[in-house]
Amino acid sequence: MYKKQGIRAFIFLLPSLAGLVLFNLIPIFASLLLSLTDWSGLSRVRLFHGFFQFVGDKFVGVSNYSQLVKDPEFWAVLGHNAYFILMYLPLVLLFSLMVALIIQRKSRMASVYRVLYYIPVLTSWVAGALIWKWMLSPEYGPINNALSAIGIKGPLWLQSEVWAMPSIVLASVWKDMGFYGMILLSGLLAINPEYYEAADIDGAGYFQKFKSITLPLLSPILFYVIMLSLINAFQLFPQIMVMTKNGDAGPNGATMVMVERIYKYAFKFGRMGYAAAWSWVLFVIIFGFTVLQNVLQRKWVYYES
Amino acid sequence: MTAVLLSAVTLLPFFWMLSTSLKDYGAIMALPIQWIPKNPTFHNFTDLFQKEGMTVSMLNSLVVSISSVTVTIISSAMAAFAFAKLEFRGKEVIFLVYLATMMIPSQVLFIPLYLLMGELKLVDSLGALVLPSVFKVFAVFMLRQRMMTIPNVYLEAPAIDGAGVFTVFLRIICPMCKSSLATLAVICFMDSWNDYLLPLVMLTTKTKFTLPIILSSLNGQYKSEYNLLMAGALVSMLPILLIYALAQKYFAAGLQVGGVKG
Repeated sequence: MYKKQGIRAFIFLLPSLAGLVLFNLIPIFASLLLSLTDWSGLSRVRLFHGFFQFVGDKFVGVSNYSQLVKDPEFWAVLGHNAYFILMYLPLVLLFSLMVALIIQRKSRMASVYRVLYYIPVLTSWVAGALIWKWMLSPEYGPINNALSAIGIKGPLWLQSEVWAMPSIVLASVWKDMGFYGMILLSGLLAINPEYYEAADIDGAGYFQKFKSITLPLLSPILFYVIMLSLINAFQLFPQIMVMTKNGDAGPNGATMVMVERIYKYAFKFGRMGYAAAWSWVLFVIIFGFTVLQNVLQRKWVYYES
Repeated sequence: MTAVLLSAVTLLPFFWMLSTSLKDYGAIMALPIQWIPKNPTFHNFTDLFQKEGMTVSMLNSLVVSISSVTVTIISSAMAAFAFAKLEFRGKEVIFLVYLATMMIPSQVLFIPLYLLMGELKLVDSLGALVLPSVFKVFAVFMLRQRMMTIPNVYLEAPAIDGAGVFTVFLRIICPMCKSSLATLAVICFMDSWNDYLLPLVMLTTKTKFTLPIILSSLNGQYKSEYNLLMAGALVSMLPILLIYALAQKYFAAGLQVGGVKG
């Protein structure tokens, strides 16, 4: 067809490839090297002039990493991430499944719901987090006012060490259920309706059909949603920054999480090298889950043959 | 029944935002709380635009989002075409490198990206937010999948007529991928419009702030003036809602392909 495609292909690839090298490969490489230094972020470092010299001067080996695993704060933060996921994952699965089942129906209302449930997904996290911060205002927020109307004294939510993380979970489930619901919907729509028709003939009830047809046939996409939400949950950040106070991330640091720490070590506490090391630990965790996903997918998930 | 309840849960926070944005400071601190403001006022909105620089932020967000979308579409469509329809050495390896970058969370990259933008003299400028969008791996991947479904006949016939590969790309391939390009455009616009981490790191001057950054800075400044904050949240949402209303089918299509999250 076209001769000398090599040079043409190169021209077509050039903008994207330049971006790959400049904004991905070089930063990845630089970040790895910086994680081996004790650079504070205050001294100026030039990426293209004497960068290796600079890394050599500030080189501390793997001491950032060894310091990290010895730091009780690191384990506390990891615990906060895990605690968030433990509450968030079952709730977001339940609610996104509900969303998917509702918008799957073939009625005019279903298409209205499809739009409604998607609005939080469209909203920026900053706006969404501000709204929830105000919803959860202990004195003037609607939630505590509704609770007190039925005689319950609501908690201090974001200002309480115990309730700060559940508040973040609440806002996050609200924000994300439409997103995962839409993904689950594509799985529901792929199920052959004949299965349901056959089950109807056999007189199966709603829950029996759900258990024996929907759930097993949905399992590949359900599994995908679990892994995706898990990986995304490890990167939670804007809601923490907006909803819990900037300096200390929640009462007594109750909502300190990985990305929030990385950001603050890098740009507030002047410990760029340490922050870079921390970001690579985050990478390893996420990478681990991705590998796990591929392994488990082969074992667990039921595929229609 | 569940559907109605779930809709109420989804929408009540937005209703609360709307109602608060129409109150004055006294009314938000009044008990019992008012779902419908007793004395509605547009004061918060005029304050935002006249005193707090919301107009500039709105323009910044528009400039950044539109430029980012344009840059992503052009560079990704070109790269996708090379991967889908051209033969060259090292194609498989390069594509694998592309896919491998999907594994790297953006949090790993923002420290060196900050240095890089320093080198390019782009720290505290909107360019720092636009340039990185030249490489979006999911965009390349999605368009490549689409272009691979186009039969080669569409390329061969014009080639016999003497049309160059660039003409084929512009006149035949791109128009055929119109709806994928539109899907990509709405997803990228939303991502860019709502982006938080990158502008938070890159921007320091108030006149450069995008909407999410001005909102979070107002949040620090006016901790309890939720009337102002809710008006800001509402204003920041409107353009996205408008685009969603106009291009809903492309949003849905985007979810099916990528599972890309803003």
